[in-house]
Amino acid sequence: MRKSRRLASLALPYGVYALIFILAPLLLILFYSLFYQGSQGFAFTLKHFLKFFDFSEPVYMKVLVRSVRIALVSTVICLIIGYPMAFILSRMNPRVRNIVSFLFVLPMWMNFLLRTYAWMTLLENTGVINSLLGSLGLPPINIMYTEGAVIFGNVYNFLPFMILPIYNVLIKIDKSVVEAAGDLGANFFKTFTKVIFPLSLPGVTSGITMTFMPAVTTFVISKLLGGGQNAQIGDLIERQFKSVGDWGFGSAMSVILMLIILVVAGFMNSYEKDKSAGGVLL
Amino acid sequence: MKKELIRLVNCVMEFDGEAVLKSINLTVYDKEFLTLLGPSGCGKTTTLRIIGGFETPTSGEVLFDGVRFNDVPPYKRKVNTIFQRYALFPHLNVFENVAFGLRVNKVPKNQIEPAVTEMLQLVGLKGYEHRDVSSLSGGQQQRVAIARALVNNPRVLLLDEPLGALDLKLRKEMQTELKRIQQQSGITFIYVTHDQEEALSMSDTIAVMNNGTIQQIGSPTDIYNEPQNAFVADFIGESNIIDGIMKQDYLVSFGGKNYDCVDAGFKPNEEVDVVVRPEDIDVVPLENGLWSGVVKSVAFKGVHYEIMVDSGDYVWMIHSTDAQVPGTTVGMMLEPEDLHIMHKFYPNGSVAGVAEVE
Repeated sequence: MRKSRRLASLALPYGVYALIFILAPLLLILFYSLFYQGSQGFAFTLKHFLKFFDFSEPVYMKVLVRSVRIALVSTVICLIIGYPMAFILSRMNPRVRNIVSFLFVLPMWMNFLLRTYAWMTLLENTGVINSLLGSLGLPPINIMYTEGAVIFGNVYNFLPFMILPIYNVLIKIDKSVVEAAGDLGANFFKTFTKVIFPLSLPGVTSGITMTFMPAVTTFVISKLLGGGQNAQIGDLIERQFKSVGDWGFGSAMSVILMLIILVVAGFMNSYEKDKSAGGVLL
Repeated sequence: MKKELIRLVNCVMEFDGEAVLKSINLTVYDKEFLTLLGPSGCGKTTTLRIIGGFETPTSGEVLFDGVRFNDVPPYKRKVNTIFQRYALFPHLNVFENVAFGLRVNKVPKNQIEPAVTEMLQLVGLKGYEHRDVSSLSGGQQQRVAIARALVNNPRVLLLDEPLGALDLKLRKEMQTELKRIQQQSGITFIYVTHDQEEALSMSDTIAVMNNGTIQQIGSPTDIYNEPQNAFVADFIGESNIIDGIMKQDYLVSFGGKNYDCVDAGFKPNEEVDVVVRPEDIDVVPLENGLWSGVVKSVAFKGVHYEIMVDSGDYVWMIHSTDAQVPGTTVGMMLEPEDLHIMHKFYPNGSVAGVAEVE
């Protein structure tokens, strides 16, 4: 009893930190989204939420739908590129594997903004890629300020978050289980579809969560690579706080976005639990 | 009568330039229970993995039914394996684990359920179909692994120390169970273990391995009663191994005395290992003994007493149903056929002229 209390006291610094920097801002956002400052102080209102869900003028919802779509497409591309990458990585001999996975993590140590700015100079109409194409006599391609550029930026930035969880699960799969599948008559393809892939699903779900979440909320990538017309919900929220000054509406949108994230995370979590309980889905 | 099924010809296996197997020659006969027995690192598991197709020998040939088999991948071999830690599929329930081989081999759906049910009945797991494999005990997981392998009707079943993780009582039960399954199904079993008792009680044939070579192949009784060298004698059962000199045919000398024996064919005055089983020595009154010693310790082992007797140049281990009083001087007695004379094996660790012994 005394021991557990003493151990619990170790969590105190973090508790204080969480209270001030996590819980308080969340409550403030919730407060701003539901109250407005009238002449007699703060009064309850739903107008911020109603403004967002205004079906006669669905500009904001369109942005939300676009954000989800861009995030989904980015996540799917990350999965398609990341899974084989993780699989190849997991099959390498340990010495090479460590070097290669180090190379994957390396860009993540560099500031996210810097990397995105770097892509701007590469993708610009007069940028490195287009001048390279020009010197080969090929026509320039217009990449910057398109949805494609935003998706590209997402995939580039979030790919390691897809690869690493999958890789971590793959290297932990008992080698003898894979051998057992071969022993029982499964060729490589069947071993993969019937054993390796199902066993790697926890990594896939956490990879999806870890790419989808930042992709749906990002505002820097869409702002820098997408320009104004490809704004995502994150850009909209930023604008409400920084240029428009409508904190109430910005907070309402933040609350909506958080709810979406909570639902997605909850869904992913319940799926993982089903898997670890085993056999339920079959 | 005995039909050859698998033959390893001069199989050599090297990992990173280090020879794990040095020229293995082994013939496995149809419907036989063959055990590869040896200490850890002797190459027995590697031999098994070569037969299973998980390793390709560096050189040498693997023949199955007389056909070269080296490069046939595991999934094309009519061989199934029971892995050391079972290697059950954690994401599938008991039924689906057993059905796995049938499903990937495209057995018609309506045949799968009866086959799996029958197999689960055979291993005593009827009613466990929908259980999660991680909820099963070690013994039950073992049974699932057996059912999963046998349901495919393999020609050969490979077992890699399958009982190592079980407690003593369960291990004894499973030994009987495995032997029964083997006899009932008529499937050839190749069994890897380091447990000599397990090997002796289950096998038709034992191949004793050490340092990547096969030391002796034979029936359990041959291996126990007529070990070909001191390594085999030492590994199979307990032995007194002392240095001796073969004076002439049928006469060996150790501890400064000459003894009659039944072995012949050694060089005159060749240095030899003399092996005596602890249960072959009788403790007798001092005046009746061939030689004598002082009782150092007496330990009760259940069925017998383990008595250590120091004769001055060697401490003898004797198994007897009669206890002795420590500190007394006793006589020891044995029959000439209880002395097993072998070419020197220790200390250099290599078999000196196994071929000549034959």
